[in-house]
Amino acid sequence: MRPLSLDDIEALAIGAWILGTGGGGSPYLGLLNMRRLYAEGKTVRLMPPEALADDAWVAVVSNMGAPLVGQERLSDSRNAARAVTLMEEYRKVRFDAVMSLEIGGGNSIQPLMVAAHTGLPVVDADCMGRAYPEAQMTSFAVGDLRPYPLTTVDPRGVESIVHQVPSWKWMERVSRKICAETGSTAATCKAPRTGREVKDWGIPYTTTQAIGIGRAVLAARRAHVDPVAAVIDHAGGKLLFKGKVSDVERRTTEGFLRGRTRIAGLDSDRGRTLELAFQNEWAVGWIDGRPAVSTPDLICVLDTVSGEAIGSETLRYGQRVTSIALPSPKVFLTPKGLQHVGPRAFGYDLDFVSVFGN
Amino acid sequence: MRRIGIDVGGTNTDAVLVEDRGVVHWFKTATTADVGSGIVAALEGLMADPRVRARPVDAVMIGTTHFTNAVVQRRDMTRVGALRLGLPASASLPPFCDWPADLARLVEGAVHMVEGGHEFDGRPIMPLDEAAVARAADDFKAKGVKAVAVSGVFSPLVPAGEERAAEILRARLPGVPITLSHKLGRIGLLERENAALLNAALTDLAARTVKGFTEALAASGIEAPLYITQNDGTVARAALAQAYPVYSFASGPTNSMRGAAFLSRRDDAVVIDVGGTTADVGVLRHGFPREANAVVEVGGVRTLFRMPDLLSIGLGGGSLVSERPLAIGPRSVGYELTRKALIFGGDVLTASDVAVAAGRLDLGDKAKVAQLAPDFVRAALDRARVMLEEAIDRVKTEAGEVVLLAVGGGAFLIPERIEGVAEILRVPHGAVANAVGAAIAQVSGEADQVFQGLARDAALAEAERIARDNAVAAGAARASLKTVEVEDLPLAYLPGNALRVRTRVIGDVAS
Repeated sequence: MRPLSLDDIEALAIGAWILGTGGGGSPYLGLLNMRRLYAEGKTVRLMPPEALADDAWVAVVSNMGAPLVGQERLSDSRNAARAVTLMEEYRKVRFDAVMSLEIGGGNSIQPLMVAAHTGLPVVDADCMGRAYPEAQMTSFAVGDLRPYPLTTVDPRGVESIVHQVPSWKWMERVSRKICAETGSTAATCKAPRTGREVKDWGIPYTTTQAIGIGRAVLAARRAHVDPVAAVIDHAGGKLLFKGKVSDVERRTTEGFLRGRTRIAGLDSDRGRTLELAFQNEWAVGWIDGRPAVSTPDLICVLDTVSGEAIGSETLRYGQRVTSIALPSPKVFLTPKGLQHVGPRAFGYDLDFVSVFGN
Repeated sequence: MRRIGIDVGGTNTDAVLVEDRGVVHWFKTATTADVGSGIVAALEGLMADPRVRARPVDAVMIGTTHFTNAVVQRRDMTRVGALRLGLPASASLPPFCDWPADLARLVEGAVHMVEGGHEFDGRPIMPLDEAAVARAADDFKAKGVKAVAVSGVFSPLVPAGEERAAEILRARLPGVPITLSHKLGRIGLLERENAALLNAALTDLAARTVKGFTEALAASGIEAPLYITQNDGTVARAALAQAYPVYSFASGPTNSMRGAAFLSRRDDAVVIDVGGTTADVGVLRHGFPREANAVVEVGGVRTLFRMPDLLSIGLGGGSLVSERPLAIGPRSVGYELTRKALIFGGDVLTASDVAVAAGRLDLGDKAKVAQLAPDFVRAALDRARVMLEEAIDRVKTEAGEVVLLAVGGGAFLIPERIEGVAEILRVPHGAVANAVGAAIAQVSGEADQVFQGLARDAALAEAERIARDNAVAAGAARASLKTVEVEDLPLAYLPGNALRVRTRVIGDVAS
């Protein structure tokens, strides 16, 4: 168990946005909350998952909703904490720790905000290792762990509990309806997990990984060396393509931001084209028409100069970007894992071939 | 069209008379501390020409960097009361929460958050707590704030809450200027609120400055409506601009790019403005600068203004040149060029000295740089070329070669051939491109809203109608309006095929 410094959290915000793989929402407002909480003297501790007792209770938290709404109804740390205490009241348990649903994007900071108010330690783990768009796209769902109950909290005192659902997909549908009714944003606490479940099915050390990626970017910027190369070095990634955004096409289907972007090659990729399809997050990439990369490999699009992540909502014509791949957590590489998050789960009739080989 | 354009820069005040076909006459003079007497001097110089005096002008357009400089230099700003409508949402991130501490100390007068605000679909988050607004007004009065900024959650979609709060404030704080965030557009509460706070803090300076402009105009005997140029290459009537100084933040670079487009008769090009200290590179699309899409920081405060997407590099006519190792800039002698450069008898080697030695520039005393080795001169100019090439390459948005428009006093640093550039146009009157850009400015209107339950075509049409109405309200002639930008973005997770549409129209100033 170690205390997280504010520098760690600043780095986490950068690294988590990269692990957002195009989605997850910017961690900026969560970071602002943490700066204020640290200025008030609060601190947060990070614990490795193996330090959890088998019968410990872990709260899995996220903020659910549209990133646009999050730009107006700002992320509130007390609201995030209330979703957790509501779950404690309902289940009559005391949580021993809190962890993130998804390390990619704004939800990387959610457990830290909860921890600052409750004093609970944050588990160095999540259940995506990145951002994914749907509730069944988690390692806990791959492990067929129980999807319910779930609490949602709105600051007006609208507090809901989803008592029971037959599947993760039903949880996605029902909780999405509640979220829409309270303004398409809600703080949530997902089904409580035991220490054993987190150790068996959680994706370990993703907070540390995100902090490390962020630190690598910051160090590279200070030294005026290539931040994208620093991310690749640090995370064992692979350079996919360097170019300029030449087209972005977005549309809403079934409540998600889907679309495609074309990136015209530069430097050693001059004359070639990378096409990326997304459902909130980047899902599949083709170079000159041939499948080149797909989920569950992490596909990240970064600003070529600053190394900053670019989301599928903020990508725009003319941006100079570098696309890289980072290795997926192993749990998604099994046949069961690929059912949940492989290319076919996103509607692409492709066999998954990792850019990292086997 | 017969207009006077004036650029009040940090160093020079330029005035230019532009008629339909081009520049009639221009005059450049030093900017003065009081701004006004510099404008009077520039207008006098301009009107010394009989062609200028011959007929009255339609309008006078002034561009100034005054308001940005106030924020950057932390001066001339007043204390502001912040009122946010939206509780119980967003409570942990109050107004001023992401400001640099030194600027917040200067501007933050009092902060109040009350119940109110709206959802993305227009439902109220909570009814507006009018009693709390009244209490906030009394506290602002007790604390002696000089201006108030009001920000409501989703106010660009539903401005009613901010408007009602303003009524209550006005009744209790007569004469105190009030900035409503929805007037500054765009989704993004913190950034919009920051813009409103900055704006409120500058209203006193803006009132004094515009008064100075008006008096200078009167003193010069010119009777024509006064307009102030805005970040996006358009203008607003002085009375409106005075209420929204933040809209003039980036008008300098915008005007120089627009001026370059007019003078060269090119609407799509890369523009490079090489000054004394920096070279600013931007992209013209349809005659307007490409705007930055992301967050723009002004003096360390995050905002979401319509600003040109510019790349600045530390290379200009006054840039310091060192021999071992060979380097140019980013330090510069700036306005002291005529005292410090070798060609003027000084002891500092500058980019201008190197250009004179190479025969590219005729300035000062060429004999004073005769000792510079030709190899070194070539290498130094080559270094400048590489810096310019990299900068141009970074802003290019399409493969292939582009047209480059070169303006500014340091444009001699641009060589005859540049990698990736098909054609370099050295723009006539390029030294006053900025004032020309002010003279030819147009009026714009914008809509930026979320539509639900409408077919895409209907949503786009509605956005265009709103944008056109906004343009006419800002002073445009309706018949001249054309749509220059339409962007639609479906919103993930929102039901009802929600679509965020941003539309912008521009047109000529109504006469």
